[in-house]
Amino acid sequence: MRTITFSQATLEAMQEEMRRDPTVFVYGEDIVRQGGIFGQFKGLPEEFGDRIRDVPISETMIVGAALGAALTGTRPVADMHFADFIGVAFDEVANQIAKNRYMFGGQANIPLVIRAPDGISKQAAAQHSQSVEGWLQNIPGLIIVSPSSPATAKGLLKSAIRQDDPVIFFEHKMLYPQKGPVPEEEYLTPIGKAEVRRQGKDLTIVTYSIMVQKCEEVAAELEKEGISVEIIDLLTLKPFDEETVLASVRKTHRCVVAHEAVMTGGLGAEIAARVQEHAFYHLDAPVLRVGAKNVPVPFSAVLENFVAANQGDIKRAVKKALYREE
Amino acid sequence: MPFQKREFPNKFSTLSREEMLGLLRTMIRIRAFESRVEELFLNRKIPGFVHLYIGEEAIASGVMANLTKKDCITSTHRGHGHAIAKGAETNRMMAELFGRETGYCKGKGGSMHIADFAVGMLGANGVVGGGYNIAVGAGMSAMIKKTDDVAVCFFGDGASNRGTFHEGINLAALWKLPVIFVNENNQWASTTPTAAALSAAKVSDRAKGYGIEGYTVDGNNVIEVYNAAAALVEEARKGKGPTILECMTYRIKGHYVGDPEKYRTKEEVQKHFTENDPITRYVQYLKDKKLIDDAEVSAMNDEAAKEIATAEKFAEESPFPEPEDALNDLFSFSPSEFPEAVK
Repeated sequence: MRTITFSQATLEAMQEEMRRDPTVFVYGEDIVRQGGIFGQFKGLPEEFGDRIRDVPISETMIVGAALGAALTGTRPVADMHFADFIGVAFDEVANQIAKNRYMFGGQANIPLVIRAPDGISKQAAAQHSQSVEGWLQNIPGLIIVSPSSPATAKGLLKSAIRQDDPVIFFEHKMLYPQKGPVPEEEYLTPIGKAEVRRQGKDLTIVTYSIMVQKCEEVAAELEKEGISVEIIDLLTLKPFDEETVLASVRKTHRCVVAHEAVMTGGLGAEIAARVQEHAFYHLDAPVLRVGAKNVPVPFSAVLENFVAANQGDIKRAVKKALYREE
Repeated sequence: MPFQKREFPNKFSTLSREEMLGLLRTMIRIRAFESRVEELFLNRKIPGFVHLYIGEEAIASGVMANLTKKDCITSTHRGHGHAIAKGAETNRMMAELFGRETGYCKGKGGSMHIADFAVGMLGANGVVGGGYNIAVGAGMSAMIKKTDDVAVCFFGDGASNRGTFHEGINLAALWKLPVIFVNENNQWASTTPTAAALSAAKVSDRAKGYGIEGYTVDGNNVIEVYNAAAALVEEARKGKGPTILECMTYRIKGHYVGDPEKYRTKEEVQKHFTENDPITRYVQYLKDKKLIDDAEVSAMNDEAAKEIATAEKFAEESPFPEPEDALNDLFSFSPSEFPEAVK
């Protein structure tokens, strides 16, 4: 299979969906003249003209207008530039797009996608490095997805654009230049389905986004020590595929949840709670979490590395859950 | 109050008598609905928060008479009048205020979320200033689909101080989107008088900062509102871009039903109502022009009262939703398809 970058994969998804449906359009800060900070929009203006537009630095408008457009017969894709800036448009995300269908009794579909590049990258410090799914997971009415590879990026973005509900698409900035196999033929990655990345029998790691590959590295190392780790890539963070997670934990009897976001109040807490609620008697160890320390992401590499969750943290958590602490 | 006005063409004068009376009928229906809602709230038949449009009827009536069902509006927490004028049914509105299954939102929204998407009423909004960007998005749809539909965003004087005002209007101006921002300046943002919150002399003055036109009209004169909206809607349809239309009015009732209104005197309110009620003024105009007589006004009032009584009966006789219905309508798929979605 051919390999392309994550960035190209999202670009192909946009191209295919914009060709397929003339009501799909996209706007954001610096996506036309710059082509997106990571080149993920390059070439779209030449093909689609006014259906891709630069907008002013106006995040409440970026999200709020997507709702108005979605309610009136188009399918907007709004780019947030950095996921951190969702904070500027929090009312639009939490009180407008998420609640519109429900509080009006299901009168309208809300086919919109908010693309939100997230995660630690290039020492960007506290306001450009966050993984903010924890802010949003508490809000009923949002679908949150986060691909881990070029293939899942393309398939999930296409599904998100076709979904008749608001979808937050978290794309990790460090993934953009990475290459991976992507089918040439058309496909969709279903929303709400996790994928088992690696089969194992001793312990389940539930993870997503860039942490999938970090967990895979750790799993490969641990295999040499005779530890067999199963890795579940959630892909959809909300609503997450509880069935796949529970089936795996019932098989391995141990569970670690790993994400780049701050551990406190994070998605890991929700998953750990669900696992103990529904699979308590299958567990041979407490469900453990791996995540960032509870401080903003600092600038200096020494500090950043200390705060971020890394392979060492994942490895320690796995061993702890197996009672094999070094 | 001296308003800086543009001489809008007198499109009103081209209306048939029936159309002129139509404007009055809409105002009277809104008044009847709101007056009964106030009583029902005070009699504890309607729960929640209710904000009445009494005294501001000329704005919704005058603006909406220039729109088609394909044109969309965004409304405010004071949205009943907008819904009625845009063509929503009072039966289903009242049922919603009663929290019934037959309500527009199946009992999930109530007064602050009244909406009828089928007639282009994209919803009242519980967040002040929440509508600008939604209207801008509707304008984007018109641009993408190349239609000549327009969007009207209703907002209060208090809402003009939100950051969303700036972000939404700036983009609409930049892209020349077909959006008319209709300010209902009722001189009170809850307990705060306009002057204590608005740095400009008029809301419409802010248009200058976006390079668009802004006008202030007498919002209690339905003819003036109608003519101004007619011109601005027409211009927006032709691609001339957004405008701000500030309609000066006065909030006759408290911020919400039950408001003790300690921040203003009863005399002040009474003076406004006696001297400047938009319905009284328009009836007087029509009578002076011999376009209507007392009997017809009275018949129109009776008809409206009957409609609202029917709406009330419809609401009272409608079932409440099943408790489990609380889990429906969150997504395009049903909870049974994906139980995780509502866990």
